Amino acid sequence: MKLRKNEIWAAHQKEIAEDHYYFARSCIRQNIFPAAENLYLNILKNELGKDIFDDERHTTCTGIAYHSGLIPMETIMTVVARQFALMNEAGYENFVVSCVTSFGIYVEMLETWKHFPETLEKTRTALKKATGKSFEIPRNLVHASDIIYKFRKELSEKTRYKLVNQNTGEPLKVVDHIGCHYAKIFPSHGIGGAEYPYVLAGLTDEWGGEQVDYPERRHCCGFGFRQYLLKSNRGYSVTNSKKKFDSMYPYKPDLIIANCPGCTFFLDRWQYVIAEQEGKTYGENGFGIPVLTYEEIAGLLLGYDPWDIGLQIHQVAVEPLLDKLGIEYDPEKKYKGENGEDIGVPEKPKILQSV
Amino acid sequence: MATLYEQLEKDVRYIEGSKACMNCGVCTAICPAAEVSDYDPRMVVSTVQQKDEAELEKLLKSDTIWRCGECLSCKTRCPRGNVPCYIIQALRALSIETGLFIESEQGRKQLAIKRTVGDHILKYGYCIYIDEVDLETYPEQGPVWDWLRKNRESMMERLGTSYRKNKAGTLRNTSKESLDDLKKIFDVTGGTQRFEKIEQYSSVKAKELKKEFRGEKDEYWKYLYNE
Repeated sequence: MKLRKNEIWAAHQKEIAEDHYYFARSCIRQNIFPAAENLYLNILKNELGKDIFDDERHTTCTGIAYHSGLIPMETIMTVVARQFALMNEAGYENFVVSCVTSFGIYVEMLETWKHFPETLEKTRTALKKATGKSFEIPRNLVHASDIIYKFRKELSEKTRYKLVNQNTGEPLKVVDHIGCHYAKIFPSHGIGGAEYPYVLAGLTDEWGGEQVDYPERRHCCGFGFRQYLLKSNRGYSVTNSKKKFDSMYPYKPDLIIANCPGCTFFLDRWQYVIAEQEGKTYGENGFGIPVLTYEEIAGLLLGYDPWDIGLQIHQVAVEPLLDKLGIEYDPEKKYKGENGEDIGVPEKPKILQSV
Repeated sequence: MATLYEQLEKDVRYIEGSKACMNCGVCTAICPAAEVSDYDPRMVVSTVQQKDEAELEKLLKSDTIWRCGECLSCKTRCPRGNVPCYIIQALRALSIETGLFIESEQGRKQLAIKRTVGDHILKYGYCIYIDEVDLETYPEQGPVWDWLRKNRESMMERLGTSYRKNKAGTLRNTSKESLDDLKKIFDVTGGTQRFEKIEQYSSVKAKELKKEFRGEKDEYWKYLYNE
């Protein structure tokens, strides 16, 4: 019997290494959600017992600037090659990328080297000349969310909570948003490909939630690189996010889960902007829909304190989600600084509800 | 001197992205930029494959090539395996190399991006850095971000980061050795030259538009960034 496209993609297996990873950080993620990457490393090390190396020598891949038309391809290729050289020097061969833009960049450079072998030779020469380093291509290269997906069942066994509304017993309705560069450029490098990505839906299914399938599920969040980076062009970004919110709204989602740092940021902040500019909110009772990364939701279900994993840094309040999950939290601790220091609280938005 | 096409055809992204477009328009249907402007990726590919040097020059001087958001949704969907976004990347590079980018309002704005994200790369080792992200430049960041930023010494400790520290971890300092490596890579591979070209051509345009041009967030930068 002929398989349907979604069945073919469901059968597609992407190789994800078992252990011993070299971790490449994300520019956006470490600034905007500064506790997320530590949480990710803690989950891998402490919950899953994996070896993951956090190298202090690697730099940005320059991907945001590359996709804004600033960086020559030869430059970004050689920066990528330097990261691989650092991985080699540290004794690792499995490269894990925290950022979806970077993940797309690394895969694109690997594919370009395959299709245009002369570019690989030129990159080797340029890296040697610039830094004295040489490099080998990683044996395995994945996005950070791929590893959480791979070990979703193991994590499920350790969770204290499920994606279930404690008040009603119903599964929480979860919107998954996959960063465009995770699989739209090279579908075979993503779990489920570009049209049927399962990397986050698989977490929703495993951890007790219910997937929301809405018309604009695969639409871009609207980052647009240079379009967001210029204040004059930012309408591009908010318009595309709004298209998604308007499309998902009738399905009453309890939560948005994202695997791209930029998408997590835009889907969080543009809800605030749309509320303040147009008076429109998308959650219940004037709140927004909480937007969490895959490891933030994993951390919550595993029982980490929401304020220790940085959920107070989101502009959309997460308390409605915590209440549904039945997670206890101390409101007094939310905005305390180091050692319980009193550092004031953020100003409340005029329209978007906050706690 | 090489023609514009001879230069364009050296770019592997142009080679990879161009495979006899049949003008079906699927790329335009899926394109987030086409939703919010008159951008039409089908027309870009159609124009480029005509091999008309004058038309190509017009494109390089236009706002059109700067409208794409590089989401690459077009790559997934094209039934012929074209990649309009790769062609756009090659056109943008050529527009800067030839200095034609200053002839369009959108192209000129590359200076504003170079002086933020571009310069951050060589200064911090990251494309963005919390110290540079203020509410005046990024008002949508909102009050929680503003609070975090004002209290970042305390909060970054609480959240277990390595902010401004010389050790592994979130927001760590990038070492001098790594920053030097980045700079040398930029020097060897054309990144430095690209940045210099953006500054040089922009200085000419700023003078023509009678805007102050002295570097960093000068009058010309503010004009490009905000308007």
